[in-house]
Amino acid sequence: MRSDDLVFKALGDSSRRFLLDLLHKRDGQTLGELEWELEMTRFGVMKHLKVLEEAGLVITRREGREKLHFLNAVPIRLIHDRWIDKFKERELSALVDLKKSLENAKCPPQRKRA
Amino acid sequence: MSPATQTSMTSASTTHIHEIYIKAEPGAIWDALTKPEWTARYGYRGMSEYELKAGGKFTCKANAQMRSYGLPEVVVDGEVIEANPPFKLVQTYRFLFNEAHVKEGFSRITWEVVPTEGGFCRLTVTHEIADTASMMKGAVTSKFSTDGGGGWNWILSDLKSLLETGKSMS
Repeated sequence: MRSDDLVFKALGDSSRRFLLDLLHKRDGQTLGELEWELEMTRFGVMKHLKVLEEAGLVITRREGREKLHFLNAVPIRLIHDRWIDKFKERELSALVDLKKSLENAKCPPQRKRA
Repeated sequence: MSPATQTSMTSASTTHIHEIYIKAEPGAIWDALTKPEWTARYGYRGMSEYELKAGGKFTCKANAQMRSYGLPEVVVDGEVIEANPPFKLVQTYRFLFNEAHVKEGFSRITWEVVPTEGGFCRLTVTHEIADTASMMKGAVTSKFSTDGGGGWNWILSDLKSLLETGKSMS
């Protein structure tokens, strides 16, 4: 499978995205720590981490007896550069702003980019 | 300049690991990391200079745009801890943007280049930052914005573009 495919596949699951959020909050967690946050068996969490690792989104390091998991967001950045930049980020962000302001009428639209 | 050996990483630190595959020779990646004419072409476009031996000096000089923002002539400094061209470089790294940054002290970066199949190399950047160095931490994990920032994800993505296509992204 191509590396882009692996990343999209890895991101196409809410548990895996949640694991990335957990590592974004605090990098270098053990399986035990991550498992604590998910309502899932240890084996299930291991399987998800393996998919994330294969996509390069999670990198592991051994430290003593512990295996630590680190978030590597570079592949997401590459997808951003490859897909978002290409399809005119400016117009997309205007649409995202519109969606946000419609969904939350309290907020006026915010244009981040000139 | 104060010696970089006195790292301020006395207390707890957090490690950030970034990894990217680049279709280039190890030597080309090494040059892009360690030569000012290359570092001026991607990321924040400062001019990095290394004395590539243990104890050697590292400085990153501001480019014209950075100077126009009022940044000092040398924006980052540090010391080379280990240099094994073109595969491994360990160094300390400290921002000198203003006094508050200087006070945060040195972080530590390990660059590793490992050739893999298909003409690709895996570049791994491991950045150890003291938990007290909140500005350094904020800078290297930031998202890209037009008013500066972007962090490692952006720098490495730009480096890959430059080495693979001869052109950087921005």
